[in-house]
Amino acid sequence: MPVYNLKVNGQPLSVEADEDTPLLWVLRDQFDLVGTKFGCGIGQCGACTVHADGVATRSCLLKVSVATEMDIVTIEGLSKDASHPVQQAWKEIDVPQCGYCQAGQIMSAAAFLKQNPNPNREEIRDAMSGNICRCASYNRIEKAVEKAASNIS
Amino acid sequence: MKSIATPSLSRRSFIRTSALAGGGILIGFNLFQACKPEVVPPVDIADLNFNDFNAFIKIADNGMVTIFSPNPEIGQGVKTSMPMLIAEELDVTWNNVHVVQGALDTENFTRQVAGGSQSLRQGWEPLRQTGATARQMLINAAATKWGVDPSECTTNNGVISNGNGDTLGYGEVVKEAATLKIPENITLKDPKDFNIIGKDIPNVDVDNIITGKPLYGMDYKEEGMVYVSVLRPPAFGKKLHDFDATETKEVSGVIDAFKFGDKIAVLAKNTWSAMKGKKALKAQWKNDSKLENTEDHDKILTDLLEGNEFNTMRADGDVKKAFAAADKVLERVYESPFLPHNCMEPMNFFAHVTDEKIRLVGPIQTPAGTARRVAALLNRKPEEVSVDMTRMGGGFGRRLYGDFALEAAEISNISKKPVKVVYSREDDMSAGIYRPAIKYKISASIKDGKLTGYHLKEAAVNSNMYGLIPNFFPAGAVENYQVDVANYNSNITIGAWRAPYTNFLAFAEQSFFDELAELMEVDNIQLRLDLLQNVKGHNDDRIQYSPERLEQVIKTAVEKSEWGKKPEGVYQGFSAYYCHNTHVAEVADVVLENDQAVVKKVTCVVDCGIVVNPLGAKNQIEGGVIDGIGHAMYGDFSFKDGKPQDTNFNTYRLIRMNETPIVETHFIKSDIAPTGLGEPTLPPAGAAIANAIKAAKGIRLTKQPFVKNMDNKELLG
Repeated sequence: MPVYNLKVNGQPLSVEADEDTPLLWVLRDQFDLVGTKFGCGIGQCGACTVHADGVATRSCLLKVSVATEMDIVTIEGLSKDASHPVQQAWKEIDVPQCGYCQAGQIMSAAAFLKQNPNPNREEIRDAMSGNICRCASYNRIEKAVEKAASNIS
Repeated sequence: MKSIATPSLSRRSFIRTSALAGGGILIGFNLFQACKPEVVPPVDIADLNFNDFNAFIKIADNGMVTIFSPNPEIGQGVKTSMPMLIAEELDVTWNNVHVVQGALDTENFTRQVAGGSQSLRQGWEPLRQTGATARQMLINAAATKWGVDPSECTTNNGVISNGNGDTLGYGEVVKEAATLKIPENITLKDPKDFNIIGKDIPNVDVDNIITGKPLYGMDYKEEGMVYVSVLRPPAFGKKLHDFDATETKEVSGVIDAFKFGDKIAVLAKNTWSAMKGKKALKAQWKNDSKLENTEDHDKILTDLLEGNEFNTMRADGDVKKAFAAADKVLERVYESPFLPHNCMEPMNFFAHVTDEKIRLVGPIQTPAGTARRVAALLNRKPEEVSVDMTRMGGGFGRRLYGDFALEAAEISNISKKPVKVVYSREDDMSAGIYRPAIKYKISASIKDGKLTGYHLKEAAVNSNMYGLIPNFFPAGAVENYQVDVANYNSNITIGAWRAPYTNFLAFAEQSFFDELAELMEVDNIQLRLDLLQNVKGHNDDRIQYSPERLEQVIKTAVEKSEWGKKPEGVYQGFSAYYCHNTHVAEVADVVLENDQAVVKKVTCVVDCGIVVNPLGAKNQIEGGVIDGIGHAMYGDFSFKDGKPQDTNFNTYRLIRMNETPIVETHFIKSDIAPTGLGEPTLPPAGAAIANAIKAAKGIRLTKQPFVKNMDNKELLG
């Protein structure tokens, strides 16, 4: 089985895996980075969102063999102490219900705000519509992204 | 033994204290027993071991309070709100309270879950009593130290004072308090003195959630654990005939593959290998029972509604007579599909079966029942089974059923390994325990401009409405009233889904009232209010809803939503409902964008008694309303030859942020004991938007999901 060298949260990590293994399962099962969640496995729900070279990426569709070239950041690496403005906003607004989708929501929001630090409401709603929240905490996610944007700027 | 205990007896039976070696006091209580309205004391309290207690308050000698909550958290916020009740009466500042999941030792007790939005309602008195008892013990200890009477002492935020100006922190008297007898007479706070209840308290797990800490069953792992993917029959009605696992065993990482029952387990070193190994299985299936189709169900349910095989759940007066004498009759049929739960965290469970014991870990709403079923399945003693609960990535009823835990236990028993069964989304959606397909036929008779008869018929797959549902509004408001139910036995598994039955019944009835008002040429809200007048002062103890409280949420919703005062182009729809002991009214505002009805806002007025944690309560309300809209609009699930036709989110549609209205919540100010919020805002949502869509587009929707039926010409009103 081939060995892949990855860069995750700034750390060099290597893993033995089949080339088609999604990054999601390498993160969760091999690297113990379980903050990245499995929801659908087909890139539809966004629970597994990580940053690959700063871009919000569905790790269930990103093969480990492709990820070797990338700078991967997971929820565990977004900040050392929950101090990222998006995490802070999530806490301030008290977004989570069951909480399972929220790491993916936060990663999507963080990548989006980096690209568009001053979004309007419609842009937020469109940007976040790739992430499903089954508890439907959408009103609060929307507010938290607005809050994070105002905290950043 | 007499089942009704005095408060002091019940308190003593569920509370026990102990000094902690490291300093501090541990107060143990059996939360499940504490939350029962009637407590049967154990035969001899002295025999109780601490293992009989499943919740603890620890007060350290520095005054810090730790509340160990055994409650499974599915996202409804009880891990925050239930400890709030204890902390309030203990009279400490919330900042000094730390809430953690209860102890993991389950050898000697089983943890239980209050479902159906009942946790706060049932915990309201006993949890406050527990906190108040602990507070009184600390006061008694301080009073002894000072040589004063306890009645001269007061507490404030963890500090005890006497009339002489002396003060002692809780932490300074815990050692003495641990040696005292449990007080029998305690006083609960007057609600006007609440410092914590009624305040916005953030979710106690928020830091762990936003940093991605391992909390869920999916995240659980231990040394030597193998991951399991299970191949189950592809359709209801099929059984395993034969299989070939040669290719599966060639997949790297796969450890083993074997048959158990009608399923095949693939064990692997990691989840991906297990899933790949499952895909490589070659299985042949044989037909075992009828392979059912949605078209068949459609016809069967219609035939049932038109037939005579009903059970009558409630009958007042004589509906037959009322309809025979009517000037006008309105009759409508409402239809809903099966629905999968689709918890974001797919089903999963850990099991390790050894000769000595059976250890289960995972997300489950019914740990005790599941432990019993596992013991029975493996022919073991129930006391050999322990269940540890993880946080749950959603429940919605699906995790009431421990089928996935039984699978894990059976696989571990065969393989002699610690295993974790992990469902893919496809497994989760196709091995479901679905909300059943249901049809309602509602008929009303009008005589001399008055509603004289109301007849509701239900035809459902496998199971019917139960309990007090037939006594919900408008029961008691119409002289001649009848609820009849019929069901069809199918091999498709069905079960509870957030607000069982009412999740669709409320849509049917609240749509019907609007149409009825049109036919009667009266105001739709006035019709509801007039009917409620008939229920006031009733002496029918089957009726649980309060006409006064329902009236108040309706009137408040009219005011807060600016009903009838919206600018042109905003179309409103009304709905009000009582279920899970909570009264709710909702108004949906719809606008037309490119001729499409878009829900912009929902005003939601809730009477849930005292609001324990407004921050958490609003989250439940917003989620419930949007969940209700999402499933009414998009939730569609069908079967062909016993096979579910949707298995993942590429074809099964869940509501997303860009389709979501803003929910504006208003609470009725109340000093009545709190009632649940996990479910009751969902049922009225469907009718609120259906009634708004009728106002906007003239289309009367009677079938869910709406998106599939909005362009149907037959539905044009």
